[in-house]
Amino acid sequence: MWDYSEKVKEHFLHPRNVGEIENPDAVGEVGSLACGDALKLMLKLDKSNRIIDVKFKTFGCGSAIASASALTEMIKGKLLDEAAQITDNDIANYLDGLPEQKMHCSVMGREALEAAIANYRGQKIIKPVDEGTIVCKCFGVTDNKIAHEVREHKLTTIEQVTNYCKAGGGCRSCHPQIQAIIDEVWQKEKEKAMIGRAKKPIKKLTNIQKMKLIQETVEKNIRPTLQSDGGDIELIDVDGDRVMVSFRGSCVECPGSKITLKSTIEAKLREFVTDTLIVEEVNS
Amino acid sequence: MKIVYTDNNATTMVAPEVVEAMLPYFREYYGNPSSMHTFGGQVARKIDIARQQVADLIGASPEEIVFTSCGTESDNAAITGILRANPHKRHIVTSRVEHPAVYNLCKYLAQNGYHVTELGVDSAGMLNLNELADAVREDTAIVSIMYANNETGVIFPIEEIGSIVKQKGSVLHTDAVQAVGKIPLNLSKSTIDLLTLSGHKLHAPKGVGALFIRKGITSSPFIIGGHQEKNRRGGTENVPSIIGLGRACELAKKYIAEEQSRVKQMRDKLESEILKKTPDPRVNGHKTLRLPNTTNMSFEFVEGEAILLLLNEKGICASSGSACTSGSLEPSHVLRAMGVPFTAVHGSVRLSLSRYNTMEEVDYIIEHLPPIIRRLREISPYGRETKLKEQPAQTSART
Repeated sequence: MWDYSEKVKEHFLHPRNVGEIENPDAVGEVGSLACGDALKLMLKLDKSNRIIDVKFKTFGCGSAIASASALTEMIKGKLLDEAAQITDNDIANYLDGLPEQKMHCSVMGREALEAAIANYRGQKIIKPVDEGTIVCKCFGVTDNKIAHEVREHKLTTIEQVTNYCKAGGGCRSCHPQIQAIIDEVWQKEKEKAMIGRAKKPIKKLTNIQKMKLIQETVEKNIRPTLQSDGGDIELIDVDGDRVMVSFRGSCVECPGSKITLKSTIEAKLREFVTDTLIVEEVNS
Repeated sequence: MKIVYTDNNATTMVAPEVVEAMLPYFREYYGNPSSMHTFGGQVARKIDIARQQVADLIGASPEEIVFTSCGTESDNAAITGILRANPHKRHIVTSRVEHPAVYNLCKYLAQNGYHVTELGVDSAGMLNLNELADAVREDTAIVSIMYANNETGVIFPIEEIGSIVKQKGSVLHTDAVQAVGKIPLNLSKSTIDLLTLSGHKLHAPKGVGALFIRKGITSSPFIIGGHQEKNRRGGTENVPSIIGLGRACELAKKYIAEEQSRVKQMRDKLESEILKKTPDPRVNGHKTLRLPNTTNMSFEFVEGEAILLLLNEKGICASSGSACTSGSLEPSHVLRAMGVPFTAVHGSVRLSLSRYNTMEEVDYIIEHLPPIIRRLREISPYGRETKLKEQPAQTSART
């Protein structure tokens, strides 16, 4: 039994805006009988491109019907440009959430809307997500589409990918390829983050930011290590790039504390704050 | 709200007589059947009676019955027990429509050095026996073919299958979880070597099952431990449930004629009335070689989970082979193996009755199911008029 929210149940039992519009201004159709769900969305617009009427027909499970119904309520009365901003997460949130395995229902809603908007604007839907190579043959899902869902929803497992776009939900023979896509996306993101971090010191910190960051680093990254050896440190002052500290506990007597000062304390502060810092010991 | 329970192939109500029979073994007779004292020892004698009751239902001898924790355990024990006892034989024959307890076990074994031949079925869900005969080889350790299918109720000609397996010198295991208690079985005159049965499918509680191992069949013990179950399955016996299973088998024997008459009449009426009242239906599985309690129907252009949720609103419990109800996205492997079109697999509903159902309940379902299908078809973008256009496109896309 799926764990549906009251709102999903309510929209499923009493779907809004079911039907068809005669001479619609826009039609969006996604899915197929083979996939197990399909949605046809029809829009009527006024001169200012405001959605004045919307109807849908859907073939699918409870949450597919509820997602379609929710989508129509969300876009009714909105300008086309406003409606275009709606994401699959917005649809799920409107319904007080969907079970993980059912997220693809909200994705179908968003895709039908995209298709309808493109249809109205006379565009062929140029979505990078539809291009590329088919990875999941059972549900016809491309590598670009999978990578898009992985990034968009921060997916890390094959199971999650299946929940969001069905890929891998059939014969499972594409699982190694899906894993490779997940790995590649996150490898790239990691590289981007590394570049981002390397650039960080270039961004000039204000004195207040710098002091706060030094304090945080001392508390979180330095003191616990020293304390585990019975020692401690106190931050005395910061003057430009000079950071003045004073040893406490066993560190005071410890002959190795000079080395600790440079190898641990200064290294940590340079890593987390800025690499121009110089740490000095003061008596206090 | 009144609950109309028609999901008896999933599990059944524990018979009130079974509950009564079990209760003393929680309260008074809690002794360990292995103990030397009378207090425990008397329980062992009750287990013997239960073993006899199980044996009587299927025409076996009591020493051929091993109590287990469930059907899945019995299936695993049967297959791996035979494989371990015959380490030089590395080949298994099974079908594409087995319950996951056998289906997934065979997939696992195939990944671990065994050769598995999966036999396909035709559109009625029947095996091709010539194909079976060709599949069984000299190194076939075991053939595991279910007695009756849980989704469609289709009954395989298990004795014919057994003769073929015998001629080829292999061993036949059958998962008869759905058959035991619904159709009469007589293992004293049978080609079956091992047979699985499960308590909760025949009005005993969950958590107890049994494996029939024919005298003379060598199988390795499957839980190593104490001397229980003649060293074949260690572990202190689940006494109350075993007593319950015994009583349930005794009752099943008493009511088996009713399954063939009253239960079958209810199923037949249910099916024919719904077919009459709903456009474009189909019945999945062989019409006659079928369990008396099961009907599996498909309604194209609607989706099974939606049907189940609306039935649920009326208090009617059923199941579906639809992808959305399975927890994965894959629709029923049984219906797919039968070549049922995707459109019909997604819209499949299984109703499975028991002797506790009534004709009033059947009428209640006949009243409520057809409007549910109509309502969902009204929402569906695939109307009847698109049927001819859509279908060939779908089949060609799939092949």
